[in-house]
Amino acid sequence: MSAVLQNLVNQPYKHGFVTEIESDVAPKGLNEDIIRLISTKKNEPAWLLDFRLKAYQQWLKMEEPKWPNVKYPQIDFQAISYYAAPKPKKKLNSMDEVDPELLRTFEKLGVPMHERAALAGVAVDVIFDSVSVATTYKQKLAEVGIIFCSISEAVHAHPELVKQYLGTVVPVGDNYYAALNSAVFTDGTFCFIPKGVKCPMDLSTYFRINTEESGQFERTLIVAEEGSSVSYLEGCTAPRFDTNQLHAAVVELIALDNADIKYSTVQNWYAGDEKGVGGIYNFVTKRGLAKGANSRISWTQVETGSAITWKYPSCILQGENSVGEFYSVAVTNNYQQADTGTKMIHIGKNTRSTIVSKGISAGHSNNSYRGLVRIAPTASGARNYSQCDSMLIGDQCGAHTFPYIQVRNQNAKVEHEASTSKIGEDQLFYFAQRGIGNEEAVSMIINGFCKDVFQQLPMEFAVEATKLLGFKLEGSVG
Amino acid sequence: MIHQDSKTILEVSGLRAAVEGVEILEGVDLIVKSGEVHAIMGTNGSGKSTFAKVLAGHSAYQVTGGSVLFEGQNLFDLEPEERARAGVFLAFQYPIEIPGVSNSHFLRLAYNTLQSQRGKDELDPLEFEDFVREKMKLLEMNPNFLDRGVNEGFSGGEKKRNEILQMALLEPRLAILDETDSGLDIDALRIVTNGVNKLANKDNAIILVTHYQRMLNYIEPDYVHVMRGGRIVKTGGKELALDLETRGYDWVGVERRVPASA
Repeated sequence: MSAVLQNLVNQPYKHGFVTEIESDVAPKGLNEDIIRLISTKKNEPAWLLDFRLKAYQQWLKMEEPKWPNVKYPQIDFQAISYYAAPKPKKKLNSMDEVDPELLRTFEKLGVPMHERAALAGVAVDVIFDSVSVATTYKQKLAEVGIIFCSISEAVHAHPELVKQYLGTVVPVGDNYYAALNSAVFTDGTFCFIPKGVKCPMDLSTYFRINTEESGQFERTLIVAEEGSSVSYLEGCTAPRFDTNQLHAAVVELIALDNADIKYSTVQNWYAGDEKGVGGIYNFVTKRGLAKGANSRISWTQVETGSAITWKYPSCILQGENSVGEFYSVAVTNNYQQADTGTKMIHIGKNTRSTIVSKGISAGHSNNSYRGLVRIAPTASGARNYSQCDSMLIGDQCGAHTFPYIQVRNQNAKVEHEASTSKIGEDQLFYFAQRGIGNEEAVSMIINGFCKDVFQQLPMEFAVEATKLLGFKLEGSVG
Repeated sequence: MIHQDSKTILEVSGLRAAVEGVEILEGVDLIVKSGEVHAIMGTNGSGKSTFAKVLAGHSAYQVTGGSVLFEGQNLFDLEPEERARAGVFLAFQYPIEIPGVSNSHFLRLAYNTLQSQRGKDELDPLEFEDFVREKMKLLEMNPNFLDRGVNEGFSGGEKKRNEILQMALLEPRLAILDETDSGLDIDALRIVTNGVNKLANKDNAIILVTHYQRMLNYIEPDYVHVMRGGRIVKTGGKELALDLETRGYDWVGVERRVPASA
């Protein structure tokens, strides 16, 4: 790789600071006592403790998945602390009561909170290590019947809803990391949009891991009742540590008849340094159930961080005419590894799904797309369109595509397109010959490559994503 | 057109250049003045295209000797993008595809970069659209081409027209056209060369790199140079091209090559 390209792709991580806040950290290790401790700390009802213990028992019998195209040393699950909360932990009634140090952290991160949230028209829930610290805009949302709060709060305030839906899309024993999450999840976001309500603003959660040797296991549950719609945004960052932190989240979405859920992620966990030391292991299970007729679930993700990403936001298209979408940009640099993609499970008649995946690999990184399109015998008239494009920057990186297609209905139509391209010296020379410098050229090429996905992001997120790719790959280009 | 009092735009002296350690240019001498059209002809491997790319600053080529002055300034002090902004333009033999980047966006960025370099106003997307459409008429181009990716899925002819369109937008002092005639059918050749003729004026200069005389039926050169073994071995007027067309390249410069290897 030329020196020019090397400089362009090696920009330092900007969110790698640690916030000096006293934390309440559970002893390392995982056993039933720790799970009981978490449950007690959170003052949980018995059914939730049962849920956790059941998951833990399942997890003990399971093995870490070995099929992803990623390599990492065996994780010692007993060396992780499963609970870390900023102190003091008294109940917060308004943003003014939040630790100012914490607020400064979010300011540094550019989280649109407080008045800025009002200006941006975004309601924000912030998860710091394991605990939800603030939810803005709750009042205004409540007026139209929307519940937007931390999942711990929802367990107490709306137990019947949480109990009804939790674990119904991702069962406790679904996979190794989902089982682990179900046993130890500490917080997360709950969102309920009642019948017929169009959520008047984008809902947003910011996640941050701040403590070394802690894991983050958040749980998100979004329910959209008949005829409702919501757009949900999530952003993630973490400080720079030489050790690896585990992030194993579970996200469940449920869309009833004619409901519409749009879920957008910009993931920028610390990716490790240029030699591959440190970084987040991001092992996440995200799944949406398009349960009702004409419902729609749309995932858009921009994955730029984490040492390892293992993540397949999926849709189960159960309702007739339901629609599933997956738009993804995954960028890997240095020694990052990503194995990401989606599953589209077509069950209902005339269900449709679209997959657009853009993988960008630089440095020594490896970037894999893994996707499954399954058409069940019941899914007459189902259609899928998949497009998987890879772009290579330099000649030390890898791009891989693993598409799985299972069609068990004669009336279904499945299309798959794939391409691989490379940002070459000759492209950069072409730009240079027209007076356009390398940084701007790379930015233009990358943004052109990702255009189909960025178009799907809400406006302020699209701007952020473009910037992030700028930091990640080109330096000062914004 | 040759003028007695015109300014020197390019002065190449003893230029040597290598790619991967193999010397391709072995001492090129050339002077180009404003208002002039120079044709550089020669067989495959004679060094014509290398010469063009070295002037533009392609990183695959190392300059191993000699000098190039562009309007009195050492060209090798400038990065490729600085050369472009200073007014050196290369119409590529094989323009590369840049998928997903729209032509209009690309052209506008290139244009505005130059405008700001020259201390002139940049154009917003709407103003630029009007401006570029006017220029496109010169090359009889379909307006829908603005919305397509840069060179993406273009035919050979469309790519070459796009190169000359860029020349029209950027108004370079020195335009080097690297085999712009190759891959063009006769209609496209007429359109492209007609465009070039309209862009040529007394303040700029054009270097045409070509295999064949046919392009010179449309663009009349003031000088014809023959390259062989990495140097210019013969220079003449436009009649030299006709000679080459009938007699081939074998006879040219043979008498001069003998002492070179001694």
